Amino acid sequence: MSGGAKLEVTVAEVVEVNALIKRFRFVSRDGAALPAFSGGSHIVVEMDDHGVRRLNPYSLMSDPADTSGYEISVRRDDAGRGGSVFMHSHVTPGMRLTISHPLNFFALDTRAKKHLMIAGGIGITPFLSQIKQLGHFGGRFELHYATRNRDVAAYATGLKSAHGDRVNLYYDDEGQVVPLAEVLTRQPIGTHLYVCGPKGMLNWVRKTAAAAGWPAQSVHFEEFLAPGTGLVFSAQLARSGKTVTVGTHQSLLEAMEAAGVDAPYLCRGGACGQCETNVIRCDGTLLHRDVWLSPAEQAEGAKIMPCVSRFEGKTLVLDR
Amino acid sequence: MSKTNFPPSIKTRPVYAELEPRPGTAHVIIADGEGAEAVAHLLAKVPDRALMLARTHILYTPGPNGTDQWAAVLAFGAAQAYCAPTIPAMLPRMAKVVAEAHMGTQFYLAGTEGLIGQAEREIMMTGLPFAAIQKEHRGSTVRRVQCVHCKGITENVATDPFKCSHCGLNLFVRDHYSRRIAAFQGVNIDAEDPGLVPAAVEKFK
Repeated sequence: MSGGAKLEVTVAEVVEVNALIKRFRFVSRDGAALPAFSGGSHIVVEMDDHGVRRLNPYSLMSDPADTSGYEISVRRDDAGRGGSVFMHSHVTPGMRLTISHPLNFFALDTRAKKHLMIAGGIGITPFLSQIKQLGHFGGRFELHYATRNRDVAAYATGLKSAHGDRVNLYYDDEGQVVPLAEVLTRQPIGTHLYVCGPKGMLNWVRKTAAAAGWPAQSVHFEEFLAPGTGLVFSAQLARSGKTVTVGTHQSLLEAMEAAGVDAPYLCRGGACGQCETNVIRCDGTLLHRDVWLSPAEQAEGAKIMPCVSRFEGKTLVLDR
Repeated sequence: MSKTNFPPSIKTRPVYAELEPRPGTAHVIIADGEGAEAVAHLLAKVPDRALMLARTHILYTPGPNGTDQWAAVLAFGAAQAYCAPTIPAMLPRMAKVVAEAHMGTQFYLAGTEGLIGQAEREIMMTGLPFAAIQKEHRGSTVRRVQCVHCKGITENVATDPFKCSHCGLNLFVRDHYSRRIAAFQGVNIDAEDPGLVPAAVEKFK
């Protein structure tokens, strides 16, 4: 079975954090401890949305030392594909869910002397678990957290009161912006930079850091992409001998799964590389939307990440 | 491309490339012996040489073969330049320069493996990823070797095998390298048959 070993959990708690964000706590059904994880890990939550199977990755925000349960925060995206809306409107305490084991593509580099964190909006969640992890061994950090306004600044008050000067808050509607260039130049040598937030913020931080002489190896980022919508297309699966039609709101991976093909996956957000699939023939254009393949690989067109990428054209034949 | 061609070896044996200018808020250049030539080559490639030199601190020491190009290094006109008589004499200053650096500083190491390795270790200890440190080998290929038995380090090893300067064992010089210790490994060559030691060959010059 693709996606790795699964955990059977019960929803223990659902808390409305603010108008946009809800927090969910999961505990194991048999009362046993859940597997340990490291700060920055995520889980994939499986949802049965009235017959539509949805698998969305969410960062764990709880203390990595607490194996009695996992907590995630979900921001409702009414314009999204429906996963977050399902979590907000249908997931209630006592409900049974299946989740993946925690996976970490956004781990702290603990060789760093200091950790500089830049968060945008719901991108705060992996930092919540990382900050708790650092608390256990006294690691130094500095957080810059930007949100649209005070009302949607989830966990900002708690962070500020627990960590004081280490936490810096910015509100877009009050005209506040992270003074990034200044923040980057005053960091001691050996600092690692972590950024999680919307794509625009990621690009801005990575570009500014590179221009300021920060090595790419010291800059870590996490971006989970929603598969996105597009035109209906079909794909031939050479190994399975099947042809699938991918709907407007469906991903190529989801279409393969719906056709009974056990395709590999882990993050379902274009980040981990697990679902990488060889393209046998392509008469048309591959619409690469992942952050896994290099620009050169994307241009070459010999591989596709079916969890987020699409196709437009006449014929697409995949080695799956 | 390195100016020194080392024969292909095992994965832990360090490899070197040519120094390339990178954008940075400060530039720390650490070199010994013929490494000065690599620095000259680097500076020749910089688009705004005056700007880079105004932000550059050079630490230099003559090489283990006696090559002393301090006059040329001084003539580069860096904001700060310092010459130490030996690598051990340079280490305290190097430690202070590295510890007080900020992110955005570029590090360029040039010269022999003993100097490059010890500077890399100092920088790496701060948490800066080793892959972000540029290194170009020039000059002598003598090695800094740690005896795996007594842990003592012998500098400027030229022959293989050689006698450990601490415990006196006859050591075979491996290509197995430790970034943490900044040294190659030396392993006793006559453990099974004491006294049966192959003739020493001058492998490193």
